[in-house]
Amino acid sequence: MAAHLSYGRVNLNVLREAVRRELREFLDKCAGSKAIVWDEYLTGPFGLIAQYSLLKEHEVEKMFTLKGSRLPAADVKNIIFFVRPRLELMDIIAENVLSEDRRGPARDFHILFVPRRSLLCEQRLKDLGVLGSFIHREEYSLDLIPFDGDLLSMESESAFKECYLESDQTSLYHAAKGLMTLQALYGTIPQIFGKGECARQVANMMIRMKREFTGSQNSIFPVFDNLLLLDRNVDLLSPLATQLTYEGLIDEIYGIQNSYVKLPPEKFAPKKQGDGGKDLPTEAKKLQLNSAEELYAEIRDKNFNAVGSVLSKKAKVISAAFEERHNAKTVGEIKQFVSQLPHMQAARGSLANHTSIAELIKDVTTSEDFFDKLTVEQEFMSGIDTDKVNSYIEDCIAQKHPLIKVLRLVCLQSVCNSGLKQKVLDYYKREILQTYGYEHILTLHNLEKAGLLKPQTGGRNNYPTIRKTLRLWMDDVNEQNPTDISYVYSGYAPLSVRLAQLLSRPGWRSIEEVLRILPGPHFEERQPLPTGLQKKRQPGENRVTLIFFLGGVTFAEIAALRFLSQLEDGGTEYVIATTKLINGASWIESLMEKPF
Amino acid sequence: MNRTKGDEEEYWNSSKFKAFTFDDEDDELSQLKESKRAVNSLRDFVDDDDEDDLERVSWTGEPVGSISWSIKETAGNSGSSHEREQLKNRNSFSTYTQLPKPPSTYSLSSFFRGRWCPSQSLACSFAALSDTPAKSYAPELGRPKGEYREYRKWSSSLHTSSIFIWQVCSLERFRSLQDKIQLLEEAVSMHDGNVITAVLIFLKRTLSKEILFRELEVRQVALRHLIHFLKEIGDQKLLLDLFRFLDRTEELALSHYREHLTIQDPEKRKEFLKTCIGLPFSAEDSAHIQDHYTLLERQIIIEANDRHLELAGQTEVFRKHPRKASILNMPLVTTLFYSCFYHYTEAEVRATRRRKIPDKQYVLTALAARAKLRAWHDVDALFTTKNWLGYTKKRAPIGFHRVVEILHKNSAPVQILQEYVNLVEDVDTKLNLATKFKCHDVVIDTCRDLKDRQQLLAYRSKVDKGSAEEEKIDALLNSSQIRWKN
Repeated sequence: MAAHLSYGRVNLNVLREAVRRELREFLDKCAGSKAIVWDEYLTGPFGLIAQYSLLKEHEVEKMFTLKGSRLPAADVKNIIFFVRPRLELMDIIAENVLSEDRRGPARDFHILFVPRRSLLCEQRLKDLGVLGSFIHREEYSLDLIPFDGDLLSMESESAFKECYLESDQTSLYHAAKGLMTLQALYGTIPQIFGKGECARQVANMMIRMKREFTGSQNSIFPVFDNLLLLDRNVDLLSPLATQLTYEGLIDEIYGIQNSYVKLPPEKFAPKKQGDGGKDLPTEAKKLQLNSAEELYAEIRDKNFNAVGSVLSKKAKVISAAFEERHNAKTVGEIKQFVSQLPHMQAARGSLANHTSIAELIKDVTTSEDFFDKLTVEQEFMSGIDTDKVNSYIEDCIAQKHPLIKVLRLVCLQSVCNSGLKQKVLDYYKREILQTYGYEHILTLHNLEKAGLLKPQTGGRNNYPTIRKTLRLWMDDVNEQNPTDISYVYSGYAPLSVRLAQLLSRPGWRSIEEVLRILPGPHFEERQPLPTGLQKKRQPGENRVTLIFFLGGVTFAEIAALRFLSQLEDGGTEYVIATTKLINGASWIESLMEKPF
Repeated sequence: MNRTKGDEEEYWNSSKFKAFTFDDEDDELSQLKESKRAVNSLRDFVDDDDEDDLERVSWTGEPVGSISWSIKETAGNSGSSHEREQLKNRNSFSTYTQLPKPPSTYSLSSFFRGRWCPSQSLACSFAALSDTPAKSYAPELGRPKGEYREYRKWSSSLHTSSIFIWQVCSLERFRSLQDKIQLLEEAVSMHDGNVITAVLIFLKRTLSKEILFRELEVRQVALRHLIHFLKEIGDQKLLLDLFRFLDRTEELALSHYREHLTIQDPEKRKEFLKTCIGLPFSAEDSAHIQDHYTLLERQIIIEANDRHLELAGQTEVFRKHPRKASILNMPLVTTLFYSCFYHYTEAEVRATRRRKIPDKQYVLTALAARAKLRAWHDVDALFTTKNWLGYTKKRAPIGFHRVVEILHKNSAPVQILQEYVNLVEDVDTKLNLATKFKCHDVVIDTCRDLKDRQQLLAYRSKVDKGSAEEEKIDALLNSSQIRWKN
C-alpha cells in the first residue's frame, strides 16, 4: 500500500512505520472496544499513515465525524476524540460530552490532540466543566507526514500566517521537532544551510534541542548530507504564478488535498455499457495521485504541453500489448498473456483517468481568459509594465472575477516591482474595496504585513537585479525536453529552487549580493559527527539534500526540484519537506480575514 | 485589452518572450482523442469484474478501507454481520494484515530512561516538581531494529519536554516579579508557544495590567504571543488597552474595526462603524471607513423603503423583478447596480455615484443594470454627449466593444447591437464582433468599405438563402462601381 514511499533515495516508510507504531500504542492504552470521533480535517492526513484495518485491529468499532449535540449511539467502552488543538472544536466536544445520556452504559472519554496538546484548549474544556471527564488526554506528534517517496508535509494550513503575520513561532517549533524526529530515524544531518528569519529560528531550535538531549549519541549512519531551510517569504513570487506542470495545474484547478483530487464526474462515466444511463454519478470522482501509479509518476512533473504526447504514446503501447492476444497461439503464450492482464488493465485504467483529466484541464488552459491571465503574469515576471495600473486586472475587478484571483495578480505585480507606486496601490485598493466590500481592508492589511502587497519604498525596484542575477526569466524554454527548471512555469524559474540549485553548485558565495537583497539572514551550521559515522562518498555518488520550505511549497517547485534530482550530472538529490502544500489561491485564502 | 486573437498571435510572435501557447493545437487535441479512443476500444473485451489484483476503490475513489470511507461505513447503525464479513474480505486486500502485530514495547527489563532536561534551571525545576517520574521506555526486545530504538529515544525525550511541564506543576510558587519574568524568559527561550502561552496566562492573572504591558514591551516575542492569544480568546478590551499602551495606533484602529464583523444587526453595526470613523487609520483607510459607514447608512434607508414598496406591490419594477436578496452589507458597486436597476431616475443613483466611483466603473454598472431591464433608451443616453455647439456625439469610456459584449449578454435585439457594433473604432474588432453577433448589415458594409470581395463572398454562405442580406450582397458583388482590392 505504501510501497511507493520506499522507492526514493530515502526510505520514508521507516517514518511511516514509526508513527503507526505510536498510534497503536495510544489505542492500546484505552482498553476495550472504541469509537473514534474525528475532527474532519484530520481524516485526510491520517489516511496517509493508516487505514481503518489498523484501527480495527485495535478494537476501533465505530468512527464518527465531530458534530454538535449528541453523539451517535455506539455500544463501545471508549470514546476517543481525535482533534486539532482548536478552541471551536473544544466547544463541540464539550457539547458531546454534556449531552451524554446518563442512563446509558458508562463510557470512558479520551482525547488525542494532533499534533500537540494545548493549554488553551484544555483551559476551555475546564471552563466548560468537562475536563475531568477525560481519562487520557494525550498528544500525537504527527509533525511530518510522508506524502510520497521524496515528499513530507506537516499540513499545517495556518503556518504561513502564524509565522509571518502573527510572528507566532509555534509552527516553527513543530518543524524543528519534526526535523529532530527525522534525525532520530535517519541520522544527524551534518550540514545545515538556511535563508530567512524563520530558517534561522528553526536552526537555532534544532541546535538547542540537540544540545539538551541527554540521551546517548545518535548512532545511525546519516542518510542526509545536508539540510536547506528556506523561508517562504524569501520567495513570495513563485506561489503567485500559475503552475504549468500537470500536477500543478490539477492543483490550481481542482485542488489536491492529502494527495486526493475530486473531479467532476461526467468525464468518468460508468465503465460498462449496461450500467450506462441508469444513474449518472452526481458525486465527485475522487482519485488518489501519487507515484504508486506508474503513469502519474511519469507525467506529473511535465509541463502540461508535454503531457498529450506521452498519453498518446502510452495508448499505442497498450493497444499493441492487447493486440498481442491474436498472436498468442500456444497454451504457453496464452498463459503468459493472461498473466500480464492485471498489469495491463491497471495501466489501461490509469491511462483512461489521466486522459480524462487532461481533457478537463485542456478546457481551462485553452480558454481565452486563461491565456489573458497568463500573458499578464508573464509580462510581470519578465519585468514589463509592472509600475502602472494593469488593464486586465482592472477588467477582472469590473467583471467581479473571484477576489482571490484579483489579489493574486495584484500581489504578483507588487512583488515583481518590489512594491507598487503609492498611486497605483491606492487605485487598486479602492477598486477592490468598492467592488468586493470595505471589510476587505483587513485582508489588504494582512497582505501588506506579509510583504505581498506594499508600497515601494525608496523608489527602488530590486526585482530586475534579482531576476538577472538568478536568471529567473528564460526566453528559450523547452517544454517537451526541458534543460532548465524554468519549464515548470513556461519561462519563469522559481527563485526558491534556483537558490537550492546555486547552493549545490557553485555555492552561495557567488550570489552574496542578491542574498543580501532578499529578506532575512543566510547562514551555515555544522553538526559534528563521530568519526565512525562520517561518510566517504563514492565518486559519482549524489549528495542527498533535505530542503524544508517554511510556510509552504507548490507542486511546480517540487517538480523543479525533482528535475534537478534527475539531472545526470546534477550531483544532488532532493527530499522535500514543508509546513503545507500550497498553491497561490489556497495561500492567499489563508491570509484572508474571514467574516464570522 | 481589445486585442483580437489575430493580434495576439502577432504580438507573441513579435514579442521577445514566448507565451504558454499550445503549439499545433489540433495535433495535441487529436493526441488526447487518440488515447481516449484507444482506451475505449480496450474496454470491449476486458472483463471489468476481474480486478482482484488491483486496489479496491469505491466509486468516489476512496480506497475501500480508508479512514474517511470507513467513517461512512461504520457510522451507520446497520452494521449487519453480512456487511462486516464483506468488510473483512475487502480489508484483506490491504497489506496491513500481513504485518505481524508488534510485540509490546514495554518491558520490565533494560529500562531506558528518556529525559529531556534543558540545562536551564527552570525546566529542571519543572521536571523535579512533577510527581510523575519521567516516562520510561524499553527498547524493543528481540528486535535489533536500531532505527526505531533511536527514534524511541528521541521521541520519548521530546515527549517529556515542556508539554508535560505546565500540566504537572503549579506556577504559583513563582511569587516575585523577578521570578515571574525569569520564568517568562525561560519559556520564550524554549520556543514552544504552548509553554509561552501558559506562562502568559499565569502572568496575566497575577500581574497588574500596567506591569504586564511594561515588561512585555521589551520582550517582543512574548508580546506577539500575548497579542495572538488575546485575539484567539477574543479579549478585545485588553487587546485594545495593550495597543493603546504600546502606541500602536493603526493596529488599534484595525482591531477595533474588525469587531464590526461580529455584529449582525444592521443598525447596531452602523452605530459601531460610526465609532470607527475617528480612529487613527492612515489617511487612505480613513476615507474608506467613512465610506463604509455612509454606505451602510444609505443601505438601511433603501432597504426599509424598498421592502415596503415591494410588499405594497404597486411599483412595477418590483413586481416584474422581485428582489433576490437584501441590499444590506453589499459592496458599493453592487449597491450602485441595485440603484441603477430599481431607482434609475431618482436621486439615489446620483447619491451613490458621488462616492468617488470612477467613470468606467459607473458606466459598466449602469449599462449592465439598464440592459438587464431592456431599457435601451437609457443605454442610449448613457453614451450620448453634447458638445458646446450642441452636436451630439457617442462616447464610451469603456470602449464600444465592451458595450456590445454586455448588450449581447443581456440578449439585446440585433438592431440595438448593430448600432453599437458600428461605433467600434477598430475595423478588425468591429468585423469580428459583427460576425460573432450576426449583425449582417455591419459585416456587409464593412466589407464593402474595405473593398474586400473575397470576404464578402465568403460571408454570403452565412446568411439565409433568399434573404434581404443575400440580395444586398449580390447587388454589391455585381456592382461595377466598386474597385475591389481582391
